[in-house]
Amino acid sequence: MDHINMLSGKTRYSQLTEHLEPEEMIINMGPQHPSTHGVLRLELITDGEIVKEVIPHMGYLHRCFEKHCESLSYQQIIPFVDRMDYLASMNNDHAFVMGVEKMLGIDKDIPKRIEYIRVLVCELNRIGSHLIAIGTYGIDIGAFTPFLWCFRDREHIMNMLEWASGSRMLYNYIWIGGLFYDLPVGFEERCKEFIDYFKPKLKELNELLTDNQIFIDRTAGVGILPLSVAIDYGCSGPMLRGSGLKWDLRRVDEYSVYPELEFEIPVGKGEMGKSGDCWDRYKVRVDEIVQSVHIIEQCLERLQKDLKRSPDFDPRAKLPKKIIPKEQDFYIRAENPKGELGYYFITDGKTEIPKRVKARAPSFNNLSVLQELGRGVLIADLIAILGSIDIVLGEVDR
Amino acid sequence: MTFSEVKELLIAKFGADVIVDEQSTGLQPALFIKPELIAEVCLELRDNEQTYFDFLSCLTGVDHGVEANKFSVVYHLASIPYKSQLTLKVVKDHDRSQATLPSFLTVTEVWRTAEWHEREAFDLTGIFFEGNPDLRRILLPDDWEGYPLRKDYVAAEEYKGIKIK
Repeated sequence: MDHINMLSGKTRYSQLTEHLEPEEMIINMGPQHPSTHGVLRLELITDGEIVKEVIPHMGYLHRCFEKHCESLSYQQIIPFVDRMDYLASMNNDHAFVMGVEKMLGIDKDIPKRIEYIRVLVCELNRIGSHLIAIGTYGIDIGAFTPFLWCFRDREHIMNMLEWASGSRMLYNYIWIGGLFYDLPVGFEERCKEFIDYFKPKLKELNELLTDNQIFIDRTAGVGILPLSVAIDYGCSGPMLRGSGLKWDLRRVDEYSVYPELEFEIPVGKGEMGKSGDCWDRYKVRVDEIVQSVHIIEQCLERLQKDLKRSPDFDPRAKLPKKIIPKEQDFYIRAENPKGELGYYFITDGKTEIPKRVKARAPSFNNLSVLQELGRGVLIADLIAILGSIDIVLGEVDR
Repeated sequence: MTFSEVKELLIAKFGADVIVDEQSTGLQPALFIKPELIAEVCLELRDNEQTYFDFLSCLTGVDHGVEANKFSVVYHLASIPYKSQLTLKVVKDHDRSQATLPSFLTVTEVWRTAEWHEREAFDLTGIFFEGNPDLRRILLPDDWEGYPLRKDYVAAEEYKGIKIK
């Protein structure tokens, strides 16, 4: 049987693109168009202004992450993991490191201070990622100011994380068994200042964008994603919660110190249009920023009181000398700003190099629903829908 | 529902030979399912009220290496109402000849998200999924030769006349 010549996808693709009706036309959106949030190419089969079919083409940013993993040790993989969802490197690191620590069986030995620092930087990074999602979404819809305001506030987060790790975006800060360094002296105070500064700014942002009638008109009732479809397509994170399901892996899996922290899971309620529309997904992100701020405040309190830094505290004390997990398969999942980030490890128990690492990227799965959402909408609405999915192409293509 | 209960449920429904093997080393046990039955087993696990695995977290294509000459597909299922997880595997021998590919049944009918996952597994490991409606390369260019995540893959010297090594 010649498998290559009977590929269903090629047949389907040529049927779609080569046998057009007289009124149909193919329009290419991207890969260099800013509304595609990176190098994503969408092939649209259109009838006037109506999109009949969306065919996404990906892979422009494919950097062979999984192939690289087959020849690198676990600690060496961390910088590569950073580059997947480059807007939330800390969260990527955290998930990966947790997986390796669980395989080694040292996940219970990590000192509390380290865990709290990890959660603190992850939540800071989550705010940064959501700020970009909100800002660029505003630009997609035609609002320029929120973008500048979001970037201005994100800059503070970048400066703080740079102070801690030495790098602005790709941190390599969370290590297996510990951290690269302890937080710099004065970080907690600086972070507190930022939170005090940021809270009123968030209110301003809401007044500027969330309750803006033009913005609501463009997003409410557009791109409605029913919950059953969202689950069927493997959507996670704000996509799934925007459709009304309380599903947050920080609460479901109760990893790290999240069980000790108080926060709520915002869900889309269809306040402006229908549940699961673009506005709901956007609102979930805004509400998550508020919750992240709340988590950061609790972390800071612990880090400044009972988990205070001491001169003899060494964040590298628990780093394992040799990272050789037992022979096993292991799947770890964690809640990234974009959704469920998973790593699947296959180890042979003999070497420091994994046999296979597979990354389950949330953006990849969230993007797959675009074919469903984009059918029969206006081209302008497609841009609103794509923006509300909030993809990072570094993660889609890996 | 615990791992052994799921096992019993499957044996009661499909007979004893549905589970070929079992992996119990490590933290996450896995069930090896008879390859011909994987789609039916997945559908049953999704629809059964006791299991309700409605979310496919991850689907991975694995090449077991040149000596083993085996290919497998790993399914990570999650149940939202029960907050449980399950790992299923299917394995097939294959002589890694380029003319045919190791072929498995698709689970696209069970979870639509499997479509892109299977496309990725086809693209990178060269596993064919019978019944997938849109099987073609997804991350690599359409005219790419070979499957990079196979253990015997040799990186190409050039691509369309451009030296890449």
